Order: sequence, then C-alpha cells, then structure tokens
Amino acid sequence: MNPLIPLFVVIPLAGAFLIMIIGRFIEEFNKYFTSLVLLFLTCISFYFLFTTGEKIFVYKVGGWEPINSVPIGIYMVMDGFTVIVVCIINLIGFLSAFYSISYIKRYTAGNYFYALFCLMIGGMNGVVLSGDLFNIFVFLEISVISSYALVAFGVESNELEASFKYQILGGLASFLILFGIGFIYWKTKTLNIADIKEAFSSGYNKTTYLFIQILLLSGFGLKAAIIPFHAWLPDAHSSAPSPISAMLSGIFIKAVGIYVIIRLFFNMFVISESMAILITTLGTVSMVIGVFLAIGQWDIKRLLAYHSISQMGYVVMSVGIGMILLSRGAKSEIASLAIAGGIFHLINHAAFKGLLFLNAGAIEYTTGTRNLKEMGGLAKSMPVTSATSFIASMSISGVPPFNGFFSKLIIIIAAIMAKFYLLALLAVIVSIITLASFLKFQRYAFYNKSDNNKNQNIREVPFPMVFSMVVLSIICVLLSLLVLPEIRHAILTPAIDILTDPVKYSTSILVQ
Amino acid sequence: MKGMTIIVKKTTQLIAGMIFMYGIYVIVHGHLTPGGGFAGGVVIAGSFILVTLSNGGDFMKLLKEESGTTIVESLATILVIVIAVSGFLFGTKIFFNNFLPKGIVGHLVSAGVLPLYNIFVGTEVAASIFIIFLSLIIFKEESKG
Repeated sequence: MNPLIPLFVVIPLAGAFLIMIIGRFIEEFNKYFTSLVLLFLTCISFYFLFTTGEKIFVYKVGGWEPINSVPIGIYMVMDGFTVIVVCIINLIGFLSAFYSISYIKRYTAGNYFYALFCLMIGGMNGVVLSGDLFNIFVFLEISVISSYALVAFGVESNELEASFKYQILGGLASFLILFGIGFIYWKTKTLNIADIKEAFSSGYNKTTYLFIQILLLSGFGLKAAIIPFHAWLPDAHSSAPSPISAMLSGIFIKAVGIYVIIRLFFNMFVISESMAILITTLGTVSMVIGVFLAIGQWDIKRLLAYHSISQMGYVVMSVGIGMILLSRGAKSEIASLAIAGGIFHLINHAAFKGLLFLNAGAIEYTTGTRNLKEMGGLAKSMPVTSATSFIASMSISGVPPFNGFFSKLIIIIAAIMAKFYLLALLAVIVSIITLASFLKFQRYAFYNKSDNNKNQNIREVPFPMVFSMVVLSIICVLLSLLVLPEIRHAILTPAIDILTDPVKYSTSILVQ
Repeated sequence: MKGMTIIVKKTTQLIAGMIFMYGIYVIVHGHLTPGGGFAGGVVIAGSFILVTLSNGGDFMKLLKEESGTTIVESLATILVIVIAVSGFLFGTKIFFNNFLPKGIVGHLVSAGVLPLYNIFVGTEVAASIFIIFLSLIIFKEESKG
C-alpha cells in the first residue's frame, strides 16, 4: 500500500478547516497557504504520473483486509487513468488558487472562498480516487455542495438565480445517482466497483441492468452537462468568480461527470452495443448543438461555457466510438485509438478552457464588463492577456501546432477508420464553427477599436494572474508533445489499457 | 432578539441541562448502543438552541457567539483528521488505523479510537447545527434594522 494516496483527500480537507481557524487571526494566510497546499499536491500527483505506469495501487483505508475474498473496507485505487485526472485537478487547482491571490480583492470573505475552494478540490480528488460507488457519491456531494456556494459567491441576483437553478438540477442528479447505487446494492450486495463487476458477471436480469445504466448515465450526465442535461451549465459557469469558472469548466465537469461515466461504463458494466450507441449519440448531439448555442453569445463567459458543452461532446463521442467497437468485439487497435483521442482531448480541454476563463477573468478585472461589444483595442494595453488568449483560442479551435489540433485529429482519424464518416464530418464542421466564434472573440475583445474613452488607461493585470495565464499557455503548447509515440506510450497507453481490459482492473484490485 | 417570559426562562433552565447531559450520554455510548456522534450532537445543539430562544440576546452577542462556534466546529473537524493521521503515524502506516488497545466488548472504555471519533463528530455536529440556527437569527436581525 502506498501511504501517499490518501494525502490527496486529507490535505485539502485539513487545509480548509485550518484556514477557517488561523485565517481569522492572520490576514493573507488563506491565499498563500492554499497555493502552497495545492503546489505540494501537484508535486505528489506528478510523482505518481511518472511512477504509476501499468501498475494499480490499492489503498485500504483503516487496514480492513478482505474476508473470504469479499472486500469490506473502503478502497482507494490509483491507476493509469486516475493519475491523469488527479494531475489535471491539482495543477489547474494550483494555478487558479494562485490567480485568485489578486482576483479575490474584488470580493470580501476571502476565508470562506479559500475554504470552499479546498473542500472542492478534496471532494474531486476523492471522487477520482475512490474505488467504491458509495464513496464516489459522498465525495461528489462534498465537491458539488461547495461549488453551489462558490457559484453564488458574489451574492447578486443573477448569481443567486444561477446557483438556485444549479442546486435544483444538481439535487435531481444526486437523487438519480443514489437511486442507481441503491439498485446496484440491492442486486449485488456490494459497493466495490471491482466486486460489482464480478457479481454481475455471474448473471443478471437484463431489464434491471439497463435501468441501472440509464439511472447512472442520466445522473452523471447531469453533472457532466451533456445535452439534454445542460441547462444549468451556462448560467452557473458564467456567474461564478473567474478562477472558479476555470475550475468548474476546466476540471469539475470532467472529474465528477465524464471520468465517472467512463470508469463505470468501461470497468463496471459489460458494454452493450445499444448503450454504446446511446452514449455516442449524446456526445455527438452535445458537440453540434453546443457550438451553435455558443456562436451567438456576446457575453464572454457564457460563450466559453457553451463551448465547454461542445468540447465535452468531442470527448464523449470519441469514447463512445471506442465503446461501440469494443462491444462488437473486434478491431481493438481502432477502439484504443478512439479512446486515446477522447482522453487526450479531455486533458487538452482542461488546459485551454482553464486558460480562457482566466483570460475572461483578467478582462473583467480591468474593464469591469463581460460584454464583447463594450470591449475593443485591449491588445495594446494588455499584451500578455492578449497573447495567452490567442494561444488558447487557437488550441480550442484546432489550429496546428497547438494541442487541440492533435487531439481532434486523432478523434477524426479514429472515426474514419471505424467507418463513422458522418461523425468525422460533423467533428470537422464543429471545429470550423468553433474557430469562427473564437475569431469573433479575438476581434471584438482585443483588436477592434473601442469607441469609448473608458478603455484608455487600462493596464496589464497583476503578477499572480499573469503568471497563471503564462504557465497555462506554455502547458497548452507542451501538451501537443503527448502525440509523440514515447510520451504517449508512457502516459496515455496505461490509461487506455486499464479501460479496455476490465478483467485486469477487477482481478488486480480484488487479489491485492 | 427579545427573550421570553420568566416562566419559560426558568423552565428551560431546568430542562436544558438535562438535555445536554442526555446528548453527552448518547455520544459516549456511541460504540455500545444505537446512536453516536451525529445523534448526540443534534441533541446537544437542541439544548443550546432552547437556551438561546428563551433568553434572547442582542445582535453583537449573537455575532460573537457565531464566530466562537465556528472555531469550535473547525477545531473538531481538524481533531478528527488528527486522530486519523495519528493512526498513520503510530502503527502500520494506515490512515484511519485503530491503533489504541481494543479493551473488553461492552465496557465504556473500549473499541480503541472509536469513542474519540464519536466525541469529536458529536462536537462538530452540535456546533454546525447551532451555527445554522444562529445564522438564521442573525439574518433576521440584520434585515430588521
């Protein structure tokens, strides 16, 4: 057992409550402490990224060993796919926390902000690391409830309304998830994901199985904001403070939504072709509709929020193509390629969407508006923001040599090789529309001449904000290296192996 | 917030202590009988709420009470984590390890660290429910004046 694994949950939780005590007596403690904590977690997560490889680490909390090979304790599992998501959670979390050092001056009550921030990180790490369904639910509630409070952090009427809408739909999702977990527990008498897989493999009732799958898909689909479950996302992500928007859009919908869907449907359920086609359809629909909803927006953060739906559609569609091929039982190389494209795009999206929301926050910080029509000519006064947002825009629209190009290319190649020509064509068209809407963003925000004199004495944002944006834009460029065979083999291949081989996952957890 | 009549005040003074003792009883017997940290914590919070409702208190006093309770709540949570981590330090490098001697089943002092968890969870629950109550009163007082 690797003793470092529970630190991902313990340190943020302890940090949150320490901030609530010590932050009362020492000012500025909350800012630097949160950044230090998350920097430390980022270092550990990268240590795991380079050491995990093909191995699967299992940590039994409390030391409860299985009795008669029935797992009775809480299991934390670290494998090739988990470690990628843990890395992006802690890295984007650290950069957002560092960015907030200047940004939080707009608000009062910094202690509450940072305490909730740490709780959200702890909850997401818990969801990703947990090896049993009930703990996924518990940590999901920790992170989701703190995100409700963070969305409403500005306490103005539109923010409260967004948070209220988010709470109602989030509550509905939690209900569906808990109902599905209850069904599974009733049928299998266990909550451990690997053990559920074993229990289902000895025969099951088809109708109940399908019902459970639909319940969990709609529950986690609501958290992941796949169309038709997307109604809360544009309001919630655009009303939150910008570092929180970067967290929500960059990693939250992936960690508690997409990650859990992928994990459950590959490693817990036996993939059926009808379910795989359903998931692919949902992904394609959100990819296409999301971008059409985005292109007409004039509010920057709403535009970015709608693009999150569209880009998550790419991930779900690509993973769904992999599922269809696996359920047909043939061509596992093409299935691996499709899943690789999906996971690669998931990593890339965390980097560029986090960066774009931080850019939007910088623009809002200096000009005080989110409306594209009221901006203009910012390229001269804010050179760093302009340059970094240009990199992010080109990445998200899939222009070489930035990271988004390579992941979209892999997705399109996989779709063509699997003979889904329509999906490949749609992916290309959506990418072109994405480029159009980001050219609009660039032109109106940075290059257009502004009419009013208000924008004359605008300066570049303070150092912490600049630092986070520059680091993320460097990451955007560097991530395209993942397409090189050696690096891809070291990082992406273990994740794909664990997803395409569910027997290896369940046996290696139950044997340890 | 205004208090209530002298009859109510005297009655709650008699009852609140007993409710408080009962909450402590539920918490310390958590590992032996039904109930435990959460249930006992709710009972203790009930006694505090009763006293606050009957005696009242001015705005500043309520604010002071709220900040004190927040510190107690955070401390209790940190102590739970400290016990969990000390399982990691004294023993077999396992988080949440039960490292104390288990004792005899049925005795009050037994089951290793479980009674300690119950006590701190009870404190945490009592404090957080009391905070929710205080925040509601403070909100009402603020909107009044």
